[in-house]
Amino acid sequence: MKYPENFKYTKEHEWVQVEGDEATIGITDHAQHELGDIVFVDLPKVGSKTTKGHTFGSVESVKAVSDIYAPVSGEIISVNDLLSKSPEKLNEDPHGAAWLIKLRLASPDETRDLLNAAEYEKYVGAES
Amino acid sequence: MSDVNELKKTPLFDVHRALNAKMVDFGGWNMPVQYSGIIQEHNAVRTGVGLFDVSHMGEIEVYGPEAEKLINYVATNNASKLKPGQAQYSALLYEHGGFVDDILVHKISDSDFFLCVNASNQEKDFEHIQAHNRFNAEVVYASDRYAQLAVQGPKALETVQKLTGVNLSAIKYYWFTDGQIADAPARIARTGYTGEDGFELYVAPESAERVWNAVLEAGKEFDIKPCGLGARNTLRLEAKMALYGHEITASINPFEADLGWIVKMDKGDFLGRAALEKIQQQGLTRKLVGFEMKDRGIGRDGYEVWLHGKPAGWVTSGGPSPALNKNIGLCYLPVEKATPGEEIEVMIRNAPVKAVTVPTPFYKRAK
Repeated sequence: MKYPENFKYTKEHEWVQVEGDEATIGITDHAQHELGDIVFVDLPKVGSKTTKGHTFGSVESVKAVSDIYAPVSGEIISVNDLLSKSPEKLNEDPHGAAWLIKLRLASPDETRDLLNAAEYEKYVGAES
Repeated sequence: MSDVNELKKTPLFDVHRALNAKMVDFGGWNMPVQYSGIIQEHNAVRTGVGLFDVSHMGEIEVYGPEAEKLINYVATNNASKLKPGQAQYSALLYEHGGFVDDILVHKISDSDFFLCVNASNQEKDFEHIQAHNRFNAEVVYASDRYAQLAVQGPKALETVQKLTGVNLSAIKYYWFTDGQIADAPARIARTGYTGEDGFELYVAPESAERVWNAVLEAGKEFDIKPCGLGARNTLRLEAKMALYGHEITASINPFEADLGWIVKMDKGDFLGRAALEKIQQQGLTRKLVGFEMKDRGIGRDGYEVWLHGKPAGWVTSGGPSPALNKNIGLCYLPVEKATPGEEIEVMIRNAPVKAVTVPTPFYKRAK
């Protein structure tokens, strides 16, 4: 799968798409592939805050639990309800319909040190 | 985690790589955890047929005029009840009554027995049996001479039947016979670790790849799937089959593990018997029981189980059940609470999540 050019990526395999002061966050195709069949997604409540580098939720596959780390800080303004009923969508469309949360950015500068698509692709290529 | 290069490999390692399996370190073995996906593989075994490489499992042979006596001394079940060609689930115990391992005992003849033991325990088991061999018997570590393939599912018989002249329908559950599979000598046992009908095939390592490919070809019309350890675990959990290191350990005795049925107290002395007798007199303090999650969350291995706001036990195995579409598990609880219908809480990362104890097995195949 192609990694969208307009996303930024973390080495923990999250992606973030910034539009104005809002960020949409998800996990990458590489992450869903490594996890295998996803059966449960645990997400925070709207209105709660998260800090860059801290866990804000978890994704569980049949085999294992995996924490999700916030690529940027901010207040959560939306969580993807689709995933509570259909966690398997995360295997099917991790860069699209199966986004995890949207948040209002606390400091837009935080995206600067994240990887771009080419860098991330290289990173996961080297990792696997 | 140990270096991947130091991990042991089965004779089918290259085959798994070619099938693009995801490989993991399982007790020092580099094993396939999944190929197409755990749920898909799980469902293939429940509804059709799946093929597993379980060559990491260990084999120990016991020969001699007192082979049966030795087995009856080191293992809990009664080997004297076995007829040639019959297999039996049994356990090796320490003197204090805790598990060394759970094993399968196959009787070939009065002076020839074949044990299948857990991969990560094979050296320990061999040394344990050897150390207690004060009988006229010979114990042989035979793991290097066997690869093992498990063909499991309602279509397992039809699949394997295409590859052998042996009439498989004549082999009853927990019986076995020696024959040929795809022209390779094989021990064909109607046993398994999935809760489905099926066969476990013991072949020479050199034959493993040929038999593997032949089974995949024969199962094509039933959409056979190569299956990894991930599906093996979800399948055995639904069937409530114990896994060493989880339900059974050195600090757990067979009565606690709900495996009293493989302990034959009346067969004569055996290792651990005195301790078990004392345990029976004193009564159990804890016991294994099944649970299913009521609220959102998955209770996993090692998580605490709480009763009325206090820690009371722990989860031994837990995860999603593809057949039931529920999150299930097994846990140890105080014996008076280890019955179906108890409201419990599983601590999932410091948050209590509601669950209820339920009857097991979670899944039972239609006969």
